[in-house]
Amino acid sequence: MFEAILLTVITASTPLVIAALGELVTERSGVLNLGVEGMMIMGAVAAFATAQLTGSAYLGILGGIIGGGIFSLLFGFLTLTLVANQVATGLALTILGLGLSGQLGEAFVGMPGVRLQPIVIPLLSDIPFFGRVLFSQDLIFYMSVALVFGISWFLFKSRAGLKMRAIGDSHGSAHALGINVVRTRYLAVLFGGACAGLAGAQLSLVYTPQWVENMTAGRGWIALALVVFASWRPLRVLAGGYLFGAVGIGQLHAQLLAQSGGIAIPSQLLSALPYVATIVVLIIISHNRRTTLINTPASLGKPFVPDR
Amino acid sequence: MKKLIIALAATAAVLGGFAGSASAQEKKKICFIYVGSKTDGGWTQAHDIGRQALQKALDDKIETPFLESVPEGPDAERAIERMARSGCALIYTTSFGFMDATVKVAAKFPNVKFEHATGFKAAENLSTYNSRFYEGRYIQGQIAAKMSKKGVAGYIASFPIPEVVMGINAFELGAKSVNPEFKLKVVWANTWFDPGKEADAAKALIDQGVDILTQHTDTTAPMQVAAERGILAFGQASDMIAAGPKTQLTAIVDTWGAYYIKRTKAVLDGSWKSEQIWDGLKDGILTMAPYTNMPDDVKAMAEETEAKIKSGELHPFTGPINKQDGSEWLKAGEKAEDGVLLGMNFYIEGVDDKLPK
Repeated sequence: MFEAILLTVITASTPLVIAALGELVTERSGVLNLGVEGMMIMGAVAAFATAQLTGSAYLGILGGIIGGGIFSLLFGFLTLTLVANQVATGLALTILGLGLSGQLGEAFVGMPGVRLQPIVIPLLSDIPFFGRVLFSQDLIFYMSVALVFGISWFLFKSRAGLKMRAIGDSHGSAHALGINVVRTRYLAVLFGGACAGLAGAQLSLVYTPQWVENMTAGRGWIALALVVFASWRPLRVLAGGYLFGAVGIGQLHAQLLAQSGGIAIPSQLLSALPYVATIVVLIIISHNRRTTLINTPASLGKPFVPDR
Repeated sequence: MKKLIIALAATAAVLGGFAGSASAQEKKKICFIYVGSKTDGGWTQAHDIGRQALQKALDDKIETPFLESVPEGPDAERAIERMARSGCALIYTTSFGFMDATVKVAAKFPNVKFEHATGFKAAENLSTYNSRFYEGRYIQGQIAAKMSKKGVAGYIASFPIPEVVMGINAFELGAKSVNPEFKLKVVWANTWFDPGKEADAAKALIDQGVDILTQHTDTTAPMQVAAERGILAFGQASDMIAAGPKTQLTAIVDTWGAYYIKRTKAVLDGSWKSEQIWDGLKDGILTMAPYTNMPDDVKAMAEETEAKIKSGELHPFTGPINKQDGSEWLKAGEKAEDGVLLGMNFYIEGVDDKLPK
């Protein structure tokens, strides 16, 4: 049973981790995109539609990434080229995404979905317990793990990552040094959109392989909060995402166990637990004010107009 | 001066006559306010199918404009008022949360008729209507007790409101009528609509050993999980057989169409009165999806129970029934009153859960 529960936790946590990692990169470049929910749902509908039309879940993943990516470029154009307010544009992106995806997905409502099948890695999956849990997963889970370590390396070990963080901290100085601020930010926004799209694809291909309007049900907002509480560190995002997923699943089992034991715990309290636990733990991890300040992108959300 | 007045009066009479004859030929507007999108696969979709049935039945006499995804709250009042102003003869507001907004707008437009689904506030020009979903849940409980090997079913519940508690109790009563030892495990998802959470709740129940699932949430995600794990399940609000062709035993299907036709006809012929209507299986306001994936004797039992409920021979909430703590609720032969059912805030014996307060 424990193994089955762990598998459920992984399924529930993966979309949060992926979407939060994408937003982390976007925010590290100094852009605050509140449209994660909208990009995620666009990814979900694009992935489902592609998988339905082609019959291939792998093309579905690609569709989700492209769907979320293209949608994020709209945000990029408005905030980076036209220098519109990032907060307002992000909110508009979410509202637009929820409405547009409902329109696009109307034909797909009620269709049985195409499930993304797990890839069993030989040898590793033979390891008792952990092998079965970690190495008989679907491609999107493996991608999420690769993203955590890839982004950590990129941000803190690569030259391009250093430049991007410099832009996020002071776009004026970075511009003066000859770094192309707008282009880098476009790429960061696009990456964030692609990740949100991939997270959406996980929802409509793995978590619940079907298309239902508004099926993200607020997961984009949770991902956004994770980034802040994880103080813009990829490994903390991973920890926070899994903690949220684990407590969320754990409370369902706690309800049932309490029932069998005849204990009355208000279920409303239990469903609030993932939020409380994640916030508390991440605040404790990031309690050092100085390092938190260093990690916070200083020019986050500020508009940048290159002087000529 | 006198001539002018006569001329004006004549003109007015002619114009009035025109307007009168024009509106006589015009189709009556029967309007709908939806809380969700009309393709949500559950609650709102069922109402929209009812609207389409209505339009089809009275096509030459009426038109049926609707507003979808109207949020509950201040926006609802504006949306309903806009409908009322646009000349609707009858407005159906199809969510519990539209109650106060409907009451307010109904007071402003005494000549427009209003019907509010699942609420309890009425007025001279405002009716309420609801469906006895618990009748279907009782049948489901009987089927579950026959089909479950372990004698334990899982119930994915949304919020601890009377409607949901009543459903849980009816299910357990049905099950106990077949197997007195039958247990029901309840998980509160604390949402009406979140495919992911509903799926998680389904998985948790299955991992804890139930082998039959039923749900009081809106999406087909639990049905899909049940299908994957190879257990049986019941659908909710709409026929969910597409999500589990080998999984769904039956489903409670909301069929508002017959009701909408009946009440709209009453408006057209002027016999409409404000009423509080709570219809059930016999009125066709809910139907059972085909009984599938079960042996013939179970199917026969379900059909027999359905017939008995329709004929009024069987009322699911008939005593003797004890409350969860073992104290007596209904004496032998005593039937529960509608008022008690509509405010139900306690479990009956056999439900393996503590009701969240």
